[in-house]
Amino acid sequence: MSNPSLSWNLVWDLRELLAYPFMVQALAAGTIAAILSGVLGWYMVLRRQTFAGHTLSTMSFPGAAAGMLVALPAALGYYVACVIAALAMARRPDAHDGGGGIQSARIGTIQAVGLAAGFLLLALSRSILGGLDDLLFGSFLGITPMQVWTLAIVAIVVLGILAVIGRPLLFVSLDPEAAYALGVPVRALETTFLLMLALTVAATTQITGALLVFALLVSPPAAALRLAARPIPSLLLSVGCAVAVIWCALVAAYFTTYPLGFYTTTFAFGFYLAAVGAQQLMRARTRPVTA
Amino acid sequence: MIGDPLVQHALVAGTAIAIACGLVGWFAVLRAQVFAADAMSHFAFTGAVAGVAIGIDPRVSLFAVTFVCALLLAALGGRSRVDDVTIGIAITWVLGLGVLGLSFVATGSSGGSGATAANALFGTILGLDAAQAQVAAVIAAVIVVMMLVIARPLLLASVDGVVARARGVPVLVLGVVFLVALGGVAAEATQAVGALLLLGLIAAPAGAAHRLTSRPYLGMSMAAGIGVGSVWLGLWIATIAPNIPPSSAITGVAAAAFFAAPLPARSLRRMRGPVIGRPAGPATVSEPGAELP
Repeated sequence: MSNPSLSWNLVWDLRELLAYPFMVQALAAGTIAAILSGVLGWYMVLRRQTFAGHTLSTMSFPGAAAGMLVALPAALGYYVACVIAALAMARRPDAHDGGGGIQSARIGTIQAVGLAAGFLLLALSRSILGGLDDLLFGSFLGITPMQVWTLAIVAIVVLGILAVIGRPLLFVSLDPEAAYALGVPVRALETTFLLMLALTVAATTQITGALLVFALLVSPPAAALRLAARPIPSLLLSVGCAVAVIWCALVAAYFTTYPLGFYTTTFAFGFYLAAVGAQQLMRARTRPVTA
Repeated sequence: MIGDPLVQHALVAGTAIAIACGLVGWFAVLRAQVFAADAMSHFAFTGAVAGVAIGIDPRVSLFAVTFVCALLLAALGGRSRVDDVTIGIAITWVLGLGVLGLSFVATGSSGGSGATAANALFGTILGLDAAQAQVAAVIAAVIVVMMLVIARPLLLASVDGVVARARGVPVLVLGVVFLVALGGVAAEATQAVGALLLLGLIAAPAGAAHRLTSRPYLGMSMAAGIGVGSVWLGLWIATIAPNIPPSSAITGVAAAAFFAAPLPARSLRRMRGPVIGRPAGPATVSEPGAELP
């Protein structure tokens, strides 16, 4: 068992995979994180808030640095930094700010400020950030049962809130003007969504790392939105795709020497490419009928 | 402070990069493509790691990877501007390749992977030698000239692509050239001052300029000016308070300019009275910064 290798016997492989407690915890945490990011990412891609999601995913750096300066757990810093960034992004745009350009400048500025703050805190605490690799790229090997439970609780809270606001949020995402005219609280829904996204990112970062949380958030939903137009099937497809990505990546990383981050992004990218290919095929097949 | 050669090099390189970032950033904000700039800095990171991993000069691989990725983004965008989801997917996958490269570096002999990652991400503006500062200034000057040459057609193509196409402006080519310029600035800034400073200098000064004025050439000059001011003020803060890293100070000043911009803009608007739908065209420009071909 010291040198894991893949055989053709699937049962044997599975038994070897589950022999270590850390792998069981990694699979549990990965599955929860994938479900969470599959759902939240679906809304994020639908709402074209990819840049916002990416900025939130970089906020774990100042969070971890702040946690180190005041000797608190890094996980707490993640949540605080992500929520602050989400609130800053949700600020009502100035009436004279014009179109999406200023909003993208605002998000970029928030990201730069977050990174600068992290860098400053790091310099002030006069220490080297322990495990920079883990912070940036994540490590599945050190997940404790406590972390799995925290993740599960965050997932239940976030998905519960989303179950309540899911329908109006979909309306707001597809047609904000009509929703506003019908009295849907557009601003409140948008802010709530950004906060839920922040919680998701903060929770998932501890597992996938700051740079790769984004792979689970963007690729599976983008693939799902290409394949299914109706909301519920598309959402389920997105979750399924995210779970498949994380399982494939964990198994591949376990049986080979290459890092998990590489496998996560590559499988996610592969699923997206497959979805693009499938979409092209479906189009090619339906074209003669519609023409 | 000025006597220190390291500060001199930082001033030269920082000023040049700030001007280039201001010009390119003004168009990035106009075209809502700040995310693309962010993506370029990630590509540059992977490029630097790839160079270390396969044993060539990281600066060469950094520029090569960034340019190739810029062209790829342009190709993925097709006839329209590349959308955020595509950029996001490209970021994740290229970063994944960077992680793979880092794992090779870690098992090799050229220092820890954490140190490589930290250098590529944060760089240090106060660590440049004379030659590096000169190279930075020359590359920035090339990008500035390039942007000034394409400024007029790019402006039309950015504001109204349909009209631009009807008037025979090569909208597609301009989009590609702009992404390549963005890649050039990102690669340049990342290796000289770090990816962190790049985003601070592209998004914040240009965003502030857009909030202050809608006149194009005045806005571009303002973006470059705010960027240069941030670099100088930030470097000054970093020299009097050695605890504060220069990139944090510079980014902080630039961000303060962005968030404070609505205040003077509001009072300016009150002074002029309500002007609605004033055409923002180059024809009305009589401000400095209008010296163009």
